[in-house]
Amino acid sequence: MADGADKTPLSFQGMILTLHNYWSARGCAILQPYDMRVGAGTFHPATTLRSLGPEPWNVAYVQPSRRPTDGRYGENPNRLQHYYQYQVILKPSPADLQEQYLGSLAAIGIDPLLHDIRFVEDDWESPTLGAWGLGWEVWCDGMEVTQFTYFQQMGGFDCKPVAGELTYGLERLAMYIQNVDNVYDLRFSDAVDDVAAVSYGDVFLENEKQFSKWNFEVADTETLFAGFKAAEAECNRAIDAGVPLAAYDQAIEASHLFNLLQARGVISVQERANYMARVRDLAKGSCKAWIDSQSERWAENYPGWVL
Amino acid sequence: MTDFLLELRSEEIPARMQAGARAELEKLFRAQLAAAGLETGELTIWSTPRRLALIAKGLPEATAAVSEELKGPRSSAPPQALEGFLRKTGLTQDQLEDRDGVWFAVIDKPGRATAEVLAEAIPAIVRGFAWPKSMRWGKASASSESLRWVRPLSGIVAIFGEDLVACEVSGISAGFATRGHRFHCPGEITIGSAADYAEKLRACHVIVDHEERQSIIRDGAAKAAADAGLTLVEDEGLVIENAGLTEWPVPLLGRFDEAFLEVPPEVIQLTARVNQKYFVVNDADGKLANGFVCTANIDAVDGGAEIVAGNRKVLAARLSDARFFWEQDQKKTLAQHAEKLANITFHEKLGTVADKVKRVAKLAEWLASEGVVPNCDPALARQAAELAKADLVTEMVGEFPELQGLMGGYYARAEGLPDAVADAIRDHYKPVGQGDDVPTAPVTVAVALADKLDVFTQFFVLIDEAPTGSKDPFALRRAALGVIATILRNGLRFRLEQVLLKAVEDDLDKFGVVWEGHTEKKLASFFADRLKVQQREAGVRHDLIDAVFALGGEDDLVRLLARVKALQAFMATDDGTNLLAGYKRAANILKQAGETSPSRLREGLGEGMSDGASDETGPPPTPPASGRGEMDPAEAALLAALDTAEPAAAAAVADERFTDAMAALASLRAPIDAFFDGVMVNDPDEAVRAWRLGLLARFRDAVHSVADFSKIEG
Repeated sequence: MADGADKTPLSFQGMILTLHNYWSARGCAILQPYDMRVGAGTFHPATTLRSLGPEPWNVAYVQPSRRPTDGRYGENPNRLQHYYQYQVILKPSPADLQEQYLGSLAAIGIDPLLHDIRFVEDDWESPTLGAWGLGWEVWCDGMEVTQFTYFQQMGGFDCKPVAGELTYGLERLAMYIQNVDNVYDLRFSDAVDDVAAVSYGDVFLENEKQFSKWNFEVADTETLFAGFKAAEAECNRAIDAGVPLAAYDQAIEASHLFNLLQARGVISVQERANYMARVRDLAKGSCKAWIDSQSERWAENYPGWVL
Repeated sequence: MTDFLLELRSEEIPARMQAGARAELEKLFRAQLAAAGLETGELTIWSTPRRLALIAKGLPEATAAVSEELKGPRSSAPPQALEGFLRKTGLTQDQLEDRDGVWFAVIDKPGRATAEVLAEAIPAIVRGFAWPKSMRWGKASASSESLRWVRPLSGIVAIFGEDLVACEVSGISAGFATRGHRFHCPGEITIGSAADYAEKLRACHVIVDHEERQSIIRDGAAKAAADAGLTLVEDEGLVIENAGLTEWPVPLLGRFDEAFLEVPPEVIQLTARVNQKYFVVNDADGKLANGFVCTANIDAVDGGAEIVAGNRKVLAARLSDARFFWEQDQKKTLAQHAEKLANITFHEKLGTVADKVKRVAKLAEWLASEGVVPNCDPALARQAAELAKADLVTEMVGEFPELQGLMGGYYARAEGLPDAVADAIRDHYKPVGQGDDVPTAPVTVAVALADKLDVFTQFFVLIDEAPTGSKDPFALRRAALGVIATILRNGLRFRLEQVLLKAVEDDLDKFGVVWEGHTEKKLASFFADRLKVQQREAGVRHDLIDAVFALGGEDDLVRLLARVKALQAFMATDDGTNLLAGYKRAANILKQAGETSPSRLREGLGEGMSDGASDETGPPPTPPASGRGEMDPAEAALLAALDTAEPAAAAAVADERFTDAMAALASLRAPIDAFFDGVMVNDPDEAVRAWRLGLLARFRDAVHSVADFSKIEG
């Protein structure tokens, strides 16, 4: 590791705290996770909505992310239906974004002369958010540890200026740093005096078992279908009422219910595209409404800026 | 003469775009300099993930001075003409020359400094650069006009001789400074000239020449494998890709758990190659071994041990996934997997994949039971066809679509299905292109043929989605090529029309389609075109295929091609070329006579020929009653030759002895030549003329009994 092999690698929470300090020192506001079930850190309105418009925006946060179909009942050492992403948004993207990012890897203990760090082409696209960008997946010794993206569009609208987005897969990175092969063996916190260390398994193994069962077997599909419809309707009502932040919450809700329906295996291949298009319409509508609600202020503060 | 260096540095350029970028840089540079009147000689273009570099050797210091001479009006012309000329040239009258009463203007354009040309060319190249995908970034991207590049452009080095070519693009100014390897030499380095560029970079852990990096990877990976007693499975695509991902490539061998080798080798290779960009290795017996070669981008301080350990872990996780899919998929039989095909749309108008499977199974069984595919057990053909698409809904094919067929074959064998069925499932997509293996095992042939005939007829006949121009979204041309190759490779004897009809007969009513229109024109000509494409590589002449196809009614492709090949052999002989010449002459004369239809001509010859149209070897025309009493010897000889050749050719064609049919035609060559030498067709006597035209028409028809010579070129 960077400061010598004998130093104990960071715990899971130690890694998060280190990243918080690192990005805080570079001017980022450290936000808290969004309080809704989402599939990725990108869904946090601090990314989706705030990547639109001319205002500078520099934030970092942890986002718990749920991917119901990735659940493995706690039996797979690498796959989880609930995991954490560390998300950094820097708008406009700074000229030294790559260097800043590599500095953060060094901060959590990855020595780039010992480990092979690579930027491998990966064009990011979120069909449900109507968003795309160009960038890379960052590899560390062949493992993807970060998604690095220059946002070009969000909700179907050009990002002007472009935001740089860094999405760290926290469990993967931690497994790497701590050199463990099973996610549940990760040291979540460090032992202090007579308080023992807590493992990732102590915190989450039971959750994985129960939620995998619920996602795949238990969740009532009628309720989920009804919930999807209700969220869709409420999103559109909120858009019409000019409260896009509330509308966007409902778009997130619909997106997650769709993911749960997928895990329950009740959405056919034909229907899948249709549901994704419906979610995309909600996300796009929310983005549009957000732009409409802000455009007057943007025009005032950024004369000459046009979408 | 001076050398020029240009380096465009950017954040990591996708490996797959680097070759195209080198070509684009060369094209734009040459175009810019040519527009300024500068010759560009030898260019060297290099790429790494972080830079594109160009070295132009021996550029002149300046563009050549040009003296342009413009001719003006006569000196006697009205003053307005002279004034106009002065305006146009920007000169005054005393600067013009009077040469023999005509004004001339000589305009000297001095040469421009090459450095100045380059300073303008560089921004133009950057702005005009075409990338497959480009992006905006940074503060400037608040405006729509901001520069687009493949990834953020971070620096420009432009040195002519030892001097900076000062220029600027979108806030980036050219300079002497570049950067070395991202981790080994993170600081700035100063380049002196084109001459020291590559060596200075090498000293900073960057091998700028992509071909050199490719060699290092190619040789280094082979050596890493050989040192462990293994053999690298060569993969030039991976060599190029890894060279595009590294500035300082270091191939490293790693091993993975032997237990993973229970997963099919194709799966392991694909996982390693597609997901991780690793080479795989074989053991001494040529079997896949539990090793891989990854390519690092650093000289690691520990010699690469940590890197190998990390990569091994990633590969192990990938292979665990693959093994999970492999085991999970086998918990169900293929028949159980196939039930899910009812949920997959094949085409919105054509139903689900399950519907397609039903049709293909019925057709495959029929092809076997009717003997279209000989020695094929109809029950096995049906079984294989019913299971052939089941792997599409397995986890493994979901992850690796390119393994379709192959996985079905593995799963079929694993559940104990007959080898013939497993092979048919595995190979039924073949041939997927020219040069691919063509199935020969009977059950495979039946399923492969049924599968392709179904695609073809469903789209082409039922919903009229025939390919147009370059558009062939359902790959019907490829399906037709596959059908042709399979028929020819196996010598399958059948009327194509009959089989195509069988493939759609159940659905014609449902789609309200009438069969006739399709078979007569569209299908036949489509298959003729595909046959020409398919046979081009084998050197079969397309015009000869036309010549046989034009006879109509022939859609037994094996027989058709045998006839074409005999014809091609014949056309390579003297007899063949001369007979063609004779035929063309006869056809021209008949055409000038306004008679194109053989039947009409024959009818015009009077009694004895009244039913000639339907009887190719009907009674010979008699000489006209009015006119001469006896035939010219050349006429008699041709008539006699036709009397012999017609039945001989007909019999030979009927027996598919096409070489003999050609020989029968060859016997007409001397008599037709002699006829044209000795006889004037356009005799003043109308009756004689008609008789001779009739004779020519009979000659032409005799030739047509073998092939339509009017389609033959030359």
